[in-house]
Amino acid sequence: MANKAVEDDMWDVYIKAKHGYLDINVREIWQYRDLLRMFIVRDLVSVYKQTILGPLWFLLQPIFTALIYVFIFGRVAKLSTDGVPKILFYLGSVTLWNYFADTFRMISRTFSENASVMGKVYFPRLILPLSKVVSGMVKLTIQFSLFFVIWLYYYFSEHAISPNWQMMYFPFLLLVLAVFSFGSGILVSSLTVKYRDLNFIIAFGIQLLMYATPVIYPISMASPEMQFWLWLNPLTSLLEAFKYGFLGQGLLNYFWLTYSVVFAVVLALIGVITFNRVEKKFVDMI
Amino acid sequence: MSKEIVIKAENISKQYRLGEIGTGMLSHDIRRWWAMARGKEDPYMKVGMENDRTKKATSEYAWALRDVSFEIGKGDSLGIIGNNGAGKSTLLKLLSRVTGPSSGEIKIKGRIASLLEVGTGFHPDLTGRENIFMNGTILGMTRKEIVRKLDEIVEFAGIEMYLDTPVKRYSSGMYVRLAFGVAAHLEPEILIVDEVLAVGDAEFQKKCLGKMKDVSVNDGRTVIFVSHNMSAVQSLCNKAIMMEHGMVKMNGSCAQVINHYLDSNANSNTTKEWSIETAPGNEHAKLLKVELVNTSGEKIATSFLEDEVYLKITYRCITDKAKLNLSISIMTNKEECVLSSPSITDTIWCGKPHPSGDYVSYCKLPSFFFNNLIYSVYVVLVKDGSEIIASVPNSIIIEKTDSGKYRGGYFGPWSGITRPILEWKTERV
Repeated sequence: MANKAVEDDMWDVYIKAKHGYLDINVREIWQYRDLLRMFIVRDLVSVYKQTILGPLWFLLQPIFTALIYVFIFGRVAKLSTDGVPKILFYLGSVTLWNYFADTFRMISRTFSENASVMGKVYFPRLILPLSKVVSGMVKLTIQFSLFFVIWLYYYFSEHAISPNWQMMYFPFLLLVLAVFSFGSGILVSSLTVKYRDLNFIIAFGIQLLMYATPVIYPISMASPEMQFWLWLNPLTSLLEAFKYGFLGQGLLNYFWLTYSVVFAVVLALIGVITFNRVEKKFVDMI
Repeated sequence: MSKEIVIKAENISKQYRLGEIGTGMLSHDIRRWWAMARGKEDPYMKVGMENDRTKKATSEYAWALRDVSFEIGKGDSLGIIGNNGAGKSTLLKLLSRVTGPSSGEIKIKGRIASLLEVGTGFHPDLTGRENIFMNGTILGMTRKEIVRKLDEIVEFAGIEMYLDTPVKRYSSGMYVRLAFGVAAHLEPEILIVDEVLAVGDAEFQKKCLGKMKDVSVNDGRTVIFVSHNMSAVQSLCNKAIMMEHGMVKMNGSCAQVINHYLDSNANSNTTKEWSIETAPGNEHAKLLKVELVNTSGEKIATSFLEDEVYLKITYRCITDKAKLNLSISIMTNKEECVLSSPSITDTIWCGKPHPSGDYVSYCKLPSFFFNNLIYSVYVVLVKDGSEIIASVPNSIIIEKTDSGKYRGGYFGPWSGITRPILEWKTERV
């Protein structure tokens, strides 16, 4: 019996038909960290190849979006921003929203976009969505610095905003946002492998979700009854906490913040389990 | 003391569903899930038929692999051969962990890298240098290793000038060279190679196969190689597995398995025999049998280029004292005539009066004459030197195969309808 155990220890790789639910080989992901890095570089670099402005596009995108919002939602629709400078309000929430929307969208296409690579070579599949989380974070950092510069301008020269010390929560909020984007992304990517019906709903659903998140309006605009439904969206408390910290506008609600954290973690767990199941058979189903 | 086992496959099977994924599949999924939830066996694992694509499907599931078991020792180079659809590629996919088995288990010791394709993960917009890192890390190299080998890879591929140009500007040849350059510098303990060698020019193929041989012989690494190119398998591998309909048909030394494969695969019409009623000919004489035999007189299906074989023709003389002789032509499968040869060198019976009875003629087909092609034999029976009694085009075929021993390291196709070994001599003047 002892011999048998020794013999089993010798093998580096086991390929089996059945696997446990949470069978993630963290050590293996660590071994492939160079690949993770390459995927991140590829995501970032390939975007601005053959452009003149290069990485500057990472900054121009949110500025244009924010300017359009200022015009449409601010000037034409006359939505309130609770006294916060409009450009700052929109730029802040667009930066966060774009991180979620882009990361989610890219992760949800993990399987379909990498089918040819995954059909030819093995690597820990979780590296693909993880790379999107990180490359998105790099973009967000660049975009956030822009927001921060404008923020400093309004703070020191215009005295138009009254931030709170809770802006220190920012890294934590980002982490929760990343976990949520990751979890929802891999769940959808796994669910659309075999039956692609969900893809049709996603494109539409993500647009709808933006309006169900206080991106272009402050939550205070909604009626108390309506607010309850908005809080159910785990993104709401994150955006509100962000605005409360930096802009002094918005509602910091610890109960709903905790709800968002739990929501994100549970979603990520379910996502990883599903992803793991699908990943093993994916090549046969695509 | 036997070699240390580095790969051990135990009863691996792989099931595929035939047809399209659609609404019908949902009901199967639900039933399967229900069975699993009650702790029962997957109801669809039991059904399924043997994987023979020529038969009409009788079930919605097919087994691409069924109960495949084998072991590979350290430093072995194993060739996997078999017809299309025999399960070779599925087996490779399982070994490279691209997809999982439906049942069974594979155990692997050591770092494994697979080359099912060259240039996996290449991004057209990235430069050659960036893609070397991309492709290398996908294949399991670390950044450090790549940095160390970068110069070697670039030199191997011969693309130094274009290193910082996006690969979408590369010619297809350069692209393949770069991809191979990375692949050739992998240093895994186990290397899995699919028939990727079918691309690239001859010189480059030689370089790659040489590198692979180097890997298995000199470095003691284990290589698994799938190919239809018997010459490449024969010269690279020491062991081989023959697959058929998803099962291991034979497992043994490379030469043995290849011979078996060629024999079982050979075209069936290597002998032609007629009953006396249907035999071609007339009231004077008839052809009875045409076959191919080796030097010991045994019937054979295929032979190597270096083998001497005999065409054995049996005929019957009915009219006493008929003056008979034979003539053959050998044609390629494109109906080009390679040669014609009447039996005039047979001084005993050619054109001489034959007492009635049966006769057997042998025609020697020399070694190192044919190329590795399939030829057909045109047989003619002649009376009185000019009257054609029987004329049989495509009587039998001659299949010549290349053992890989006389290629001088080149593995590409060898042109020419014959392939004699000519004498070469070079002098410095």
